[in-house]
Amino acid sequence: MDTKDFLSELVDLPGISGYEETISLKVSHVFERYCDEVRTDAFYNVYGKMTDKIVEGMPKVMLAAHIDEIGLMVKEVCEDGFLRFVSVGGVDQRILPGLEVVVRGKEDLAGIIGAKPPHLQTADEAKKALEMKDMAIDVGICGEKLKSLINVGDPITFKSPLITLNGSMISGKSLDDRAGAAILLETMKQLDELRFEAEVYFVATVQEELGTRGAIISTFRVMPDIGIAIDVTHGDMPDAPKEETFAMDKGPVIAVGPNMHPGLTKKLMDTAKEYGIEYLVEVEAGPTGTDARSIQISRSGVPTVLIQIPLKYMHTTVETINIETVKKAGMLIARFISSMKEGWREWMNY
Amino acid sequence: MDELLKRLTEAHGVSGDEGEIREILKKEAVNLADEVSIDRMGNLVAFKKGTKGGKKIMLCAHMDEVGLIIHNIADNGTLKFSTVGSIDPRVLISKKVKIGKKKHHGILGLKAIHLQEPEERKTVVKTKQLYIDIGAKSKDEALKIVNLGDYAAFDTDSLPFGQGRIKAKALDDRLGCSILLDLLKNRYPFDLYACFTVQEEIGIRGAGAAAFGIKPSMALIVEGTTCSDVPGVDEHMRSTRLGKGPAITVMDATSYSNKFMVNKLIETAIKENIPYQMKESVTGGNDAGAIHVSGEGIKTAVVSVPCRYIHSPVSVADMNDYYSTSRLVEAFLKGCE
Repeated sequence: MDTKDFLSELVDLPGISGYEETISLKVSHVFERYCDEVRTDAFYNVYGKMTDKIVEGMPKVMLAAHIDEIGLMVKEVCEDGFLRFVSVGGVDQRILPGLEVVVRGKEDLAGIIGAKPPHLQTADEAKKALEMKDMAIDVGICGEKLKSLINVGDPITFKSPLITLNGSMISGKSLDDRAGAAILLETMKQLDELRFEAEVYFVATVQEELGTRGAIISTFRVMPDIGIAIDVTHGDMPDAPKEETFAMDKGPVIAVGPNMHPGLTKKLMDTAKEYGIEYLVEVEAGPTGTDARSIQISRSGVPTVLIQIPLKYMHTTVETINIETVKKAGMLIARFISSMKEGWREWMNY
Repeated sequence: MDELLKRLTEAHGVSGDEGEIREILKKEAVNLADEVSIDRMGNLVAFKKGTKGGKKIMLCAHMDEVGLIIHNIADNGTLKFSTVGSIDPRVLISKKVKIGKKKHHGILGLKAIHLQEPEERKTVVKTKQLYIDIGAKSKDEALKIVNLGDYAAFDTDSLPFGQGRIKAKALDDRLGCSILLDLLKNRYPFDLYACFTVQEEIGIRGAGAAAFGIKPSMALIVEGTTCSDVPGVDEHMRSTRLGKGPAITVMDATSYSNKFMVNKLIETAIKENIPYQMKESVTGGNDAGAIHVSGEGIKTAVVSVPCRYIHSPVSVADMNDYYSTSRLVEAFLKGCE
């Protein structure tokens, strides 16, 4: 399956944290094409197992990319056809006015986030960002009919199909971290062409945005020897300081810092150099805000690396990535796994 | 959703760049009118000869819409823009646009929330701080796709919405354009001039020239007007209400409606059992502002379809209001015999 097509389908599917059933099902269907075995747990984490040459004593490797997304949730159903809402995950309230959403009630309902029109605001109001608590979602249905379709607690997703910008840039909602799910697929495809001895578990995790909860239980279940977390980091944006962001066309970003195993990370960088894959380095001073945070401290500890791709406008409906970087990251991870041979334990010596 | 209404609302026509929408309207109008012409401002005028002749009545709806115009390209390949017409910059963030004749995709991003100070999240971003990202890495790369002066329209699909409603960009005033086309199907005793005007959104620049050329004995403006029946707005501040029928204007910031025409509209609505509402605010303006002072003065009145969230990427109208507006204007014209 073409990686961009896969990503385009994923972006359209709902899956705010805690409500990943639909996207989980889609991911497991696609994983089945490449994996020996695919399972889903009670939290909708998806596990795809892939093996090639089975060799005694080779590591069990777990790759993790989260499939949940930020979004909204119905807080109150009002008589006049409007819904009050809260956010699930870190949503910038300033992206919301005039935004189109899909309310996932008994049926999927199109919604529009409205607010008090500008010409009715006082001069003071006009100087401040509209607050989420003052906004409401218009679904164009009133009264009892509305109450029969929507309940408090129903999830709400943004509407923003994947579009292609200039060159290899693509933009849409939830590329954080469905781009990571695309990297899982890309890795599978690349690995399919290579020989490898490790036992590989591709895990599409849930509830990352609420505190890497899917990674906590999935790592416990897999019991890996090596963890590879895949996520997004900030790409260069005109209004953000350059020192906090990464170029969009210089390959994936490998993280270093206490959350990542130094020996394993060095090996990953060596692999990149060996195969001429360009990469950047991000320094993370503490536990990262990615699945790596929980993978590393699962059971008696899991040496973990973190590979990210730069993404612009994170947590908006126009998240933007370079699809070429997805492919490069997949190539790097596949080569890295393929290079795990006898003596792999020495990579992790202190 | 009505196929024509979908085409009309999805077509581009930012003020000053009405080519695409004008072409669509022209193709529709030539099948209905006796004569279709485009004046020097770019207004499209469809003429339908009356059975009796003599009196000239002008119907008016503006074809342009609010949007953006590219005024600079930064070294990093992003586009700086000005708004064309009145747009609250707060509705632009995290939205998509299509740029130029080739409709290249563009997005309006904003520094990720993770990189913002908590105080920043409470502030209003000004238009000049915003930029359009087209995926170009440099100014040279961007210049291969866009030119200075290219217009950008909101990238919004038109679809049915909720119960009996629609959502689309530019309902202000493609709804009016659609109603005018509908009314061109009839022949009236008087000469009818259906005018699809340009540049209403940047200060009512087109309608005056159209009216001056026609010199009608009266003009009726069919608009899409602001509807503020949303949470957070007090009952007495709600200028119009969705689903309560066409809104008849007594006065706004640019003109008084002719009181005989207003009374006639109300009488017609009552007689024909068509729901209507009076527009309960005196702000805003429309083509009547230029038409009523054209030449030696022209009697004007305004009937509007209420639209929520106008001048944003997506607005909402009630189809019953739309049909009622069309019926009211038709009955009014029939009463002018």
